[in-house]
Amino acid sequence: MKAFLKYREIWLLAAIVLLIGLISTRFPAFADPGNLRQVFNDTSILMILALGQMVVILTRSIDLSMASNLCFTGMVVAMLNAAHPAIPIPLLIVIALAVGLMLGAINGLLVWRLNIPSIVVTLGTLTIYRGATFVLSGGAWVNADKMSPDFIGFQRAAFLGIPVLSWIAILVIALFFVLMTRTALGRSIYAIGVNPTASVYAGIDVGRTKFIVFCISGMIGGLSGYLWISRYVIASVEVANGYELNIIAACVIGGISIAGGIGSVGGAVLGALFLGIISNALPVINISPFWQMAISGSAIILAVVLNARGERQQGRIILRKVEA
Amino acid sequence: MTDIPAPRHIPDRLDKPLRSAIFSWEALLVVVAVAIFAINSFASPYFLDPYSLSDLTFNFTEKGLIAFAMALLIISGEIDLSVAAIIALASTMMGMAVQAGAGTPALVAIGIVVGLGCGAFNGLLVTRLGLPSIVVTIGTMSLFRGIAFIILGDQAYKGYPSSFAFFGQGYVWWVVSFELVLFLIAAIVYWFLLHRTSFGRRVFAIGNNPIAAQFSGVRVGRTKFILFCLTGLMSGIASVLITSRLGSTRPSIAQGYELEVITMVVLGGVSILGGAGSILGVVLAAFIMGLVTFGLGLLNVPGIVMSIFIGLLLIIVIALPIVWRRLRGGR
Repeated sequence: MKAFLKYREIWLLAAIVLLIGLISTRFPAFADPGNLRQVFNDTSILMILALGQMVVILTRSIDLSMASNLCFTGMVVAMLNAAHPAIPIPLLIVIALAVGLMLGAINGLLVWRLNIPSIVVTLGTLTIYRGATFVLSGGAWVNADKMSPDFIGFQRAAFLGIPVLSWIAILVIALFFVLMTRTALGRSIYAIGVNPTASVYAGIDVGRTKFIVFCISGMIGGLSGYLWISRYVIASVEVANGYELNIIAACVIGGISIAGGIGSVGGAVLGALFLGIISNALPVINISPFWQMAISGSAIILAVVLNARGERQQGRIILRKVEA
Repeated sequence: MTDIPAPRHIPDRLDKPLRSAIFSWEALLVVVAVAIFAINSFASPYFLDPYSLSDLTFNFTEKGLIAFAMALLIISGEIDLSVAAIIALASTMMGMAVQAGAGTPALVAIGIVVGLGCGAFNGLLVTRLGLPSIVVTIGTMSLFRGIAFIILGDQAYKGYPSSFAFFGQGYVWWVVSFELVLFLIAAIVYWFLLHRTSFGRRVFAIGNNPIAAQFSGVRVGRTKFILFCLTGLMSGIASVLITSRLGSTRPSIAQGYELEVITMVVLGGVSILGGAGSILGVVLAAFIMGLVTFGLGLLNVPGIVMSIFIGLLLIIVIALPIVWRRLRGGR
């Protein structure tokens, strides 16, 4: 199974290299290391979000509320910063993580304690969290002039030649890598996705693990809330509207099976990078940005077709064949 | 045993308490609807007015039309997230046809055919290639709306013929709009289809156990394909109505409708895991969502705050029977 996973990511990596190659035939400076670093930085938030979504999808659940969580938490930290510019940024990040965790825990509790399907729960909280942002802010925006220079500058500060935002993404990727490959929780998450019933008999508390993954995706949503607001320097109710589907798209392109149990940290990161490269490349090769949506849509369909061919070799074939 | 989740594709829907809960679901929805109606009439003096109530119906007719087909699709264990994008693409195609000088009948035909085509495309991907519908339709959602964006960019199509305005703005009799009549006819047609035909029985059978259905001689793939086509068709019809009502097309038309349609279906008591649900429930849920948004609108509550109520309503209505059953069961 591990060899197989590697196989798939290598293909995705090859596709990305090919994509960069194609783009640089039209615009040679795109493949420049400096530019690629910029693309990585631009995609950091999507990568972080995709990792949070990944752990949820691996357990056969889905979190549609991540973008709304991001919007709400972003508004909370932006308003806090506007009202009390003295609060240090690390503390604000902790607050963002805590608020996100709380919103994620609400999702998790409803899924765990009431056994409501996660798609229903997060469909509900998707609208509730965004609505709560409006109630919180009264519909007002927090603009750049109300944010403190530290609030905006923190993620832009360069450390060893790379912006802090990229370092945060690298740190999150490393943490998720350890979580998924080196901890019992990571094993349980995979086990639940592959076979929930067998997981129960193996002594895994399925409900509690699902609660934990929603807490993780909530914290990621909260962290991204701060990063997003300080990057685009505007907090409003419209922030990241509809972005939940981009996050899921990154996961799908990254080879994470929506049926659970299949997927990896590398896949999620590469899937997000794939989308990031497309959105960065379109303007420089003179294609209207209006093409982006259709291109990522086609990429999703292509990815799922290719992934399904891979999954078919894995023994789920008996169910699939009969269904089709 | 409650900690063991049922396998995703073959949920066991036949245990007794669940069935009885489903039987009482419509009763619960009627109570909620009456309560909201009563609260509304007290809260605003403008509510109990035939013209107000007629305006109210526009809040749910277009989404409701799609919700009927979506209900069947979800009962069969699939989902279609691309319905709003189909509306956008069909509307864009109608706009192009107007620029080319098409008349009203041609416009309607184009809207419906594009919708049907998009639905068939979804259906082919899901049934022929055996792909999970939630992912396929996230993809086609981007693709369909993306095509609309490529064609239109930041422009808008206008100049629809005046006879075209009837579908979204016309009244059949007094305050009864064409949209409402269409909604009621569709409700009856889909009720008959789901609850009175062998096709409907097959849909339930597939949702409950696709493998058993297959071995019982149900053509699972073909039935699902038809359901995707129906959902696309209804989206095409909704596109005609919305385009006619707004009189213009932008690529961002009907943005976010897919989640509202699914909320309507789930609120109507259709199990998101498939295998259970009724058209009556969906009709009631459509009324409830229309009542909530319109009533709050009369009270000058902004749309985004209404969405909190819709979200809460969804979770509470789903959670209530579960909590109640648990309290009664003395867990």
